[in-house]
Amino acid sequence: MHLLAIDWIFLLEKLILIVIIISISLGVAMYSTWWERKVAAWIQDRIGPNRAGPLGLLQPLADGLKLFMKEEIFPASSNKILFLLGPCLAMLTAMMTSAVVPWASHLHIAGRDVPLQIADVNIGILYVFGVVSMGVYGVMIGGWASNNKFSLMAAVRGASQIISYELAMGLALIALVLHTGSLSLGVIVEQQAHQGYWNIVLQPLGFLIFFVCALAECNRTPFDLSEAESELNFGYHQEYSSMKLGFYLFAEYVNMFISSVIMATLYFGGYHIPFIHIADPNFAALAGFIFLFAKTAAFITVFMWIRWTVPRFRYDQLMNLGWKGLIPLALINLLITAVVILLHTQH
Amino acid sequence: MDVLLLQAVKSVATADVNSSINYLPIVLQLLVAIGIVVLMMTGTHLLGPKRKTEDKLKNFESGIDAVGNARQPMAIKYFLVAILFVLFDVEVIFFYPYAVNFRALGWEGFLAVLGFVGFFLVGFIYIIKKGALSWED
Amino acid sequence: MNVTQILFWLLSALTVFSALVVITRKNPVYSVLWLIITFISISGHYILLNAQFLAVVNVIVYAGAIMVLFLFVIMLMNLNADAEPQKNKWLQFAGVIAGGCLALVIIAALKNVDAKARIAETGSDIGLIENLGKVLFTQYVLPFEISSVLFLSAMVGAVVIGKKN
Repeated sequence: MHLLAIDWIFLLEKLILIVIIISISLGVAMYSTWWERKVAAWIQDRIGPNRAGPLGLLQPLADGLKLFMKEEIFPASSNKILFLLGPCLAMLTAMMTSAVVPWASHLHIAGRDVPLQIADVNIGILYVFGVVSMGVYGVMIGGWASNNKFSLMAAVRGASQIISYELAMGLALIALVLHTGSLSLGVIVEQQAHQGYWNIVLQPLGFLIFFVCALAECNRTPFDLSEAESELNFGYHQEYSSMKLGFYLFAEYVNMFISSVIMATLYFGGYHIPFIHIADPNFAALAGFIFLFAKTAAFITVFMWIRWTVPRFRYDQLMNLGWKGLIPLALINLLITAVVILLHTQH
Repeated sequence: MDVLLLQAVKSVATADVNSSINYLPIVLQLLVAIGIVVLMMTGTHLLGPKRKTEDKLKNFESGIDAVGNARQPMAIKYFLVAILFVLFDVEVIFFYPYAVNFRALGWEGFLAVLGFVGFFLVGFIYIIKKGALSWED
Repeated sequence: MNVTQILFWLLSALTVFSALVVITRKNPVYSVLWLIITFISISGHYILLNAQFLAVVNVIVYAGAIMVLFLFVIMLMNLNADAEPQKNKWLQFAGVIAGGCLALVIIAALKNVDAKARIAETGSDIGLIENLGKVLFTQYVLPFEISSVLFLSAMVGAVVIGKKN
């Protein structure tokens, strides 16, 4: 038994880490909205938010405050409890994914090694997979509880989309696991640091499939079929107001942040900085964290760039791409990877 | 590649990766996340104005009076996708224990998986040929 | 009591409580949500036994996939006709008897099990994904192949039923 005695310092250190990580993901999500508007403005040759503070930097705070001060509306015919539960679940699952991400190598404080990872579990990738599969409920419960036909249609669409793309995502990851032989994200980053090149070199197709699926899982354009305003008014959250609406919008940005971090970790070396050796562990951890963050920011910007460039799919196109395009492709990628590795290890 | 400092960390970071105590922080994170969600929901509940009118609480259906409600049956296509998802999900999960032991199992393991994938593909082709996943009609 | 025991009792209480809520709710959507909580707490038990792979698979497959299917079925049903069709007293009576018989059989079967012999296996690494995969793909490779036939037949069944209407 491993739990005979609790190491209270261990728990305290984890608690501090958890609070910091969740605050960072919420902060990044907030400022992603600002950055999204700036990127959109830049692409469309506009200025973007520029009134609240320098460069409009206070805009996300103003938006958040506005959502807090808005009236809370429960439609008369809705199911009140589930209506409240929907956005809470969406937010909850968005905040849970970050648990297995290694944010940097360990810190060295007062003679203790503090790993900057909330939980380095044996089945890290599957944990992410599990939390993502829970993410469907927020959309479904919220859309159904609204008792609105548009919301229901959007919710069912959204849920079907998320579960369809989960499969291709899982298959794409298996090809990566064939290389790493481990599901722990911490080990995967260490391996990339050790082998000297990033996994993207080994799995370019796998990464591409994963990236497309990440777009679909986050309900981002061109896969934002559950928010297709031209046919569904506003989507599954159209009856929502105040922070409940805010949760849905916010959860999307948190998910985008976390999936960018996971892509950077799995395929782009995580916190590993190539060619540079830093002796002091604390400084190295800080540098690694900043480097991971830079990679993440790059991915988030690509997400936004795609949103303001590519038009939305039709629903049949979306389902065809998921089932008839990505799943067979991921399967072929998996088999070819397996054969190549087996041939390689034999000689 | 010992020049890379991250090497030195390995023993610390992965010392007891197999222990179930690693899940305790996840429970902790769940509690923190629930706390944040409850806090924010209470905040918005207390801060917002409360002026309910009958019209405001109606469902929005593009300004037209709603006919009936949304508790109605929908297209069977969605069920089919959900059922196929359950089946495929289990098959995908089966690959993970294989992928972890992939090198040790060698060609024999690969043949076993190939047989599995063969059946998987037969089912997949059947589904597509039957038009279960075609949305155009 | 050590921490493991405290966690065990907490999880057991949560599991039994949520399972009871599942069968007492009138609204099937609530039942499904409580069933998800039941599955997650069962995953907690698996983790206490260090069966980590099983725990996460239980969440992915049961709580994440099968419950989505249930929710689809329930949400897309016509819930306006909220009268439960089966209110027959005799049927409820028969249900209680059948359930009681099952409970009796399970208790009788478990009464003579030597639990002590099993305790040694908890806390081992047998439930980790590496060990599980090794056993599955060497010792139990035939059942694994046969399960794929099962999947195939399930797919055919789903398509046949789905395309009929």
